[in-house]
Amino acid sequence: MATAATCVEVGITSSEPLLKVVELVKHFPLRRGLLSALRGGPQPAVRAVDGVSFEVKRGEILGIVGESGCGKTTMGRALLRLTEPQKGQIIFDGTDILRLSPQELKPLRRKMQIVFQDPYESMNPRLNVFRIVAEPLRLQNLTHSRDEEIERVRRALAEVEMTPPDEYMYRYPHELSGGQRQRIAIARALVLEPDFIVADEPVSMLDVSIRGGILNLMLRLSKEKGVTFVYITHDLATARHICDRIGVMYLGKFVEEGPADAVVTSPLHPYTKALLSAVLVPDPGRKSLQTVLSGEVPNAIHPPSGCRLHPRCPLARPICQEQEPELVDKGNGHRVACHFA
Amino acid sequence: MAFFEVKELTMYYRTLRGQVKAVDGVSFAIEKGKALGIAGESGCGKSSMATTLLRLLPNNGQIMGGQVLMDGQSLLDMPEEQFRRRIRWKRISMIFQGAMNALNPVHRVGHQIMEAILTHEDVSPTEARRRAEDLLNMVGINPKRFDDFPHEFSGGMKQRVVIAMALACNPDLVIADEPTTALDVIVQAQVLKAIDDLRQRLGLSMIMITHDLSVIAQMCDDVAIMYAGRIVEHGSAVDVYSQPLHPYTAGLVRAFPNIAAGRSTIRSIPGSPPNLIDPPTGCRFHPRCPLADGRCRAEEPAFQVVAGRHAVACHKADVLAGGVDIWQQRQLA
Repeated sequence: MATAATCVEVGITSSEPLLKVVELVKHFPLRRGLLSALRGGPQPAVRAVDGVSFEVKRGEILGIVGESGCGKTTMGRALLRLTEPQKGQIIFDGTDILRLSPQELKPLRRKMQIVFQDPYESMNPRLNVFRIVAEPLRLQNLTHSRDEEIERVRRALAEVEMTPPDEYMYRYPHELSGGQRQRIAIARALVLEPDFIVADEPVSMLDVSIRGGILNLMLRLSKEKGVTFVYITHDLATARHICDRIGVMYLGKFVEEGPADAVVTSPLHPYTKALLSAVLVPDPGRKSLQTVLSGEVPNAIHPPSGCRLHPRCPLARPICQEQEPELVDKGNGHRVACHFA
Repeated sequence: MAFFEVKELTMYYRTLRGQVKAVDGVSFAIEKGKALGIAGESGCGKSSMATTLLRLLPNNGQIMGGQVLMDGQSLLDMPEEQFRRRIRWKRISMIFQGAMNALNPVHRVGHQIMEAILTHEDVSPTEARRRAEDLLNMVGINPKRFDDFPHEFSGGMKQRVVIAMALACNPDLVIADEPTTALDVIVQAQVLKAIDDLRQRLGLSMIMITHDLSVIAQMCDDVAIMYAGRIVEHGSAVDVYSQPLHPYTAGLVRAFPNIAAGRSTIRSIPGSPPNLIDPPTGCRFHPRCPLADGRCRAEEPAFQVVAGRHAVACHKADVLAGGVDIWQQRQLA
C-alpha cells in the first residue's frame, strides 16, 4: 500500500475520524391532493437519504458511488447542511453540526467546503477569478487588507496549478476552459484552508483528457496537505483510483462500504458486482460487455420492501422481500448489507 | 474496394468571426459489417463529421471538398431529393445523442417508428405497424408499449426506441453519435450490449462516435482518433490501444483509469483543444505536445501508414514506437 505509507510519513493520518455520520435521513416531502390529505396516512416523500452511517478519517478520501437518483448528491449537500436533514447526526471534529445555530455554524463553514459538478454554472460570470476566489474570504471576514487577500488568492491558485497565478487572476470564467474553471472552483474551496471538501462529480462534465489532472490534484491535496475528501461519483474506475474507501449507494442506503481495493477486487454485494461489471474496460483485447442487472433504478418514493435491490437481484429469495438486511462488518472494515454475502 | 469510403472530406462553418474548420481533410474506410470508432474531445469535429455524412448540416455549414463513396457511388454530388429518398435512413441512419430530446413528446413512440418506415417505404400502415412492433421487440421493449408516450419511458428505454428508429428501414450503415453519454453506468452497459448484439445479428456496419475510449474498445474493430478537425491516428483497435503512435492517442489511452488493471497513474493532457477558426500551424497538436520541436511547429505531418493498416500523422512516431512513456516524463518534470 504505497498510499498508506505516504500518509504515515507526513503524519497526517490519525485513527480518530474527522467526520462521523450516524443514521442520516433526508426526505423530500411531496405535495399531495386534497383527497389524499383528507384520507390521511403518511405524507409521501422522496426518500433521498434513508439512514446512512459512515466515518471518514482525517486525510482520507471516501468515494460515494451510485447511479443517478441514489441520493449521493443529496447526501453530499446534507453533510455541509446545505440541505437540512430530518434525522441523524453529523459529527464533524467532535461537534454535531446538526445541533448548531446558523451563527455557530458559520465559523465551521470555513473548515467544510464543496466543489460542484458543473464548472460552467457554479460561478458568477460577472466576477473575475480574483473576486470568485476571494469571495469566501470576504464572507468570513478573514482578511484585513487587499494585499493579504491577493496573497491568499495567489496561494490558492498556485495550489491548483494555475500558474503563474497573476496571469489568471483578472480573467473571467468565459475566458477559461472547463478544466481551468474546475480548478478555480477547487481554489475557491481551498482558499479558506478547509479540513474537509465534498467534491460532487467534479470531473463528469470535463473532457477525458483533462480529468486525470483534477483527480491527481485531489489525490495530492489529500496526501500532502491532509485535506479530507468525500468524492461523489458514478464512476467506480476513478473512485478506485483516488479513494481510500468506497461506499456504494442504492436508493438512499449504503449497500456496501469498505477499503477501495477490497470493494473493487472482492465485492460482496450483488449491486456492487453489477456496477463493476458495467464499467467498460478500455482494452480491446478484453471484451467485457455484459449485463448482470436488468431494469433501472425504481423511484425513491415507494422503494421496494425488504432489500431494495430484490426486484432486480439475481440472488433474490423470499427473505429479501420481507426483511431489510443490515450493514454488517465482514472483517477489515468491509461492510455489506445483503442476506447472502 | 471498401463498402463505405470517405476521402479528404472538408466541411467549414461560416461564422461572423471567420470559418470554423470543423472537418478538415478527413479520410477513412469501413468494410461491410465492421465497426469503426471515432474518438476525440468535445469540439474536435467528430459530430460535425457525422452530420456531414448524412447531409444534415445547418445553413452555415458548407462542404468545401472531398468525397463520400458508398459501394462506389458518390453521395455528396447526389441531388438532395434523391439522397433523401434513397440514402438517408434507407441506407445510412443515425442514433442521435441524448435520447431525451430525440423523440417527439406528443407522439406515441410506436407511431414515431412507423413514421420512419412510412416516409421511406411504400408499405401499408398495418404492415408498418407490424414492423415497428418487431423492432421494439428486437431492442428489448415489450410491443405492448407501442401506444405509450416518451415520458412514460425511462432514459434507457427511450434510447432503445431511438435505436429501433435507426433500424427501421434496414440500413447498411448506422452512425451512433455518443449513444450512451446521458445514461447511467448499468443502463449504458445494457444499451451498448443491445447495439452490439443487433449489429452482429444484422451484419450492420457502424460508425461509433464517442469521447469514451472504453466504449470503442468494447464495441469496435477499428478506431480513428480525431483532433482539431483531422484524423491523427487510425488502425485496428488492438494495435492503436496497445501501441499508440501519436502523442495525443498515447495521452488519451492513459487518461482512462482501467479498473481491471489495478491502480496506475492517470495521465492528463495539459492545455485544451485549439480554436478551429485559427488552428495552430504545422501539427495542430504541437502546443500541447511534450515532443514538439521546430519542425512540428512549421510543417504539417503527413498521414502515413506505419504497419499493416496502422497509420499516423506525427513527425515523432518513431519515438512512440520505441515504447517511451512521453506523458510520464512530462508529469515528473
